[in-house]
Amino acid sequence: MKKLLPVCLGAALCLLGGCGSDTSNENIVIVYNWGEYVDPDTLAMFEEETGIEVVYDEFETNETMYPKIENGAAEYDVVCPSDYMISKMIQNDLLLELDFSHIPNAKSNIGSQYWDQSRTFDPENKYSVPYCWGTVGILYNKTMVDEPLTSWAQLWDEKYTDEILMQDSVRDAFMVAEKMYGYSMNTTDPDELQRAMNALIAQKPIVQAYVVDQVRDKMIGGEAAIGVIYSGEAIYTQYENADLEYVIPSEGTNVWIDSWVILKDAPHKENAEKFIDFMCREDIALKNFEYITYSTPNEAAKALIEDDEIRNSPIAFPDLTQYDNLESYTYLGEEADEVYNELWKEIKSY
Amino acid sequence: MSSSMKKLHSLYTDKSGKGKLLAAPYVFWSAFFIIIPLCMILYYGVTDKTGAFTLQNITAIASIGHARAFWRSLLLSVVSTVICFLLAYPLAMILSGMKEKKHNFIILIFILPMWMNFLLRTLAWQTLLEKTGVINGILSFFKLPSLRIINTPYAIVLGMVYNFLPFMVLPLYNALSKIDENVINAAKDLGANKIQTFFRVIMPLSIPGIISGVTMVFVPALTTFVISTLLGGSKVLLIGNVIEQEFTQASNWHLGSGLSIVLMIFIILNMIVSALLDKED
Repeated sequence: MKKLLPVCLGAALCLLGGCGSDTSNENIVIVYNWGEYVDPDTLAMFEEETGIEVVYDEFETNETMYPKIENGAAEYDVVCPSDYMISKMIQNDLLLELDFSHIPNAKSNIGSQYWDQSRTFDPENKYSVPYCWGTVGILYNKTMVDEPLTSWAQLWDEKYTDEILMQDSVRDAFMVAEKMYGYSMNTTDPDELQRAMNALIAQKPIVQAYVVDQVRDKMIGGEAAIGVIYSGEAIYTQYENADLEYVIPSEGTNVWIDSWVILKDAPHKENAEKFIDFMCREDIALKNFEYITYSTPNEAAKALIEDDEIRNSPIAFPDLTQYDNLESYTYLGEEADEVYNELWKEIKSY
Repeated sequence: MSSSMKKLHSLYTDKSGKGKLLAAPYVFWSAFFIIIPLCMILYYGVTDKTGAFTLQNITAIASIGHARAFWRSLLLSVVSTVICFLLAYPLAMILSGMKEKKHNFIILIFILPMWMNFLLRTLAWQTLLEKTGVINGILSFFKLPSLRIINTPYAIVLGMVYNFLPFMVLPLYNALSKIDENVINAAKDLGANKIQTFFRVIMPLSIPGIISGVTMVFVPALTTFVISTLLGGSKVLLIGNVIEQEFTQASNWHLGSGLSIVLMIFIILNMIVSALLDKED
């Protein structure tokens, strides 16, 4: 029996694996991106210009994306993870070294400061091409609060009971508490983590819900007064509801970059390069910026933005030099990941 | 019975074993999609990342976060099952006493929502119950106090009862409509009043229906993670959510499988108790 079981399992896996069709001969590119993170028109334009069919799939958080890639549950070519997740993927040898001669638009259009910032997770700029960037901040409804919000600590104020939306992803939730206490958002110090966890548990009774993409609709609809949100969503929500205001809290926050990467065992590498190059073209980057409203690192596209107000918007393109307490997430290693997950589970089960 | 039907019937019950051929598709199905996956869960559940044997994934249910989520799931699913039963039994009794045409129509109305996707129906409840949702809109129009149950365990129980009620009604109705009216008339003839007839005749005869109804509500309620995410605002963590997150986020299949085994043990216990109750009668 001891030997039989692995054999049976192996046979079953082979059989199931064999059922998946081999797509490597088809002229397609399989893209795995954040939800609502591209203008669908640009995908149609790509298909029309190149004749390559785009197979498009979406994820909600970095944490739900990673296991699918790691386990090879589905074959993807191009993925758009965030900084710390790219670092984890590089360490686990999941990414392909890019051949930038096939992606000429990347080097010519993406601003040099974004390549510099990318070095924090991709030290030699070998694996990733910046797609969007931004901060994490507080979005609040001016008609529903009686004071301007400026600090993470205000998310613990009991007068906002049932009015606060927190992010339902472990790093973003912990970041809020860690920054409030002035810790690094990459801390692995047990005492600091314990204190951050206790703070989040104490906050739970006044939190309305932990959400990811829903924060946008709930804020627009006036379902909640305060939400923790990515800066890119802030501009869109302000279009829809003029009462909303976005702030970067005084204790500092996370500056993030989401970048295109190609997987090491991608079945359509050439098409993947073409796709990334297309996304870096200035007119396409502009179209995407106008649709998803996330800050673009594409300087050539930024120059094409006609509306001065948007081009100089402190939300879309904040002057980061005026803040001295911004940080980016780094990959903390498997052990620290597990610690964070355990603590997060304890908060959620409370 | 037509001759071909007879042939089929004899083939099916043939003692020489030829009839087993007909069972082949089901045997294949259950081997590949039930037995082997179960073995894989067992295998993952009792091993760690290096493949060595361990019981840690199963004993992990005792850790404070898991235990809290587990007891909460157990409590909510028991409450939902009881509410479903209390709602469904009278309805099933009324239905079984009706004329065929009439009850068919009512059953159709009952099953109609199930033709729509389960996720959509639960999302609809979210829109209904929200602070600025439809129900509160109506309440505030009539200057009535607002309903604040979204993102609480109450909303989750509501979602469970709403989604699983038909699974309670149908088996109960089935069992009740099979009761021979002569048995009830005999009870009346022998001097039993309505309450005695109900508790000593109708209720015991409907036990098979009660058991399958309770199982069909209790098991999905115990393991759900969708209802708690959508109606609980991710604030109310159930054991189903923990297991889901171990697979989709923490990528710890071993722990996820270990906790699934614990859940399966509880479900099997539930079935053993039901089987014993069934035998007693």
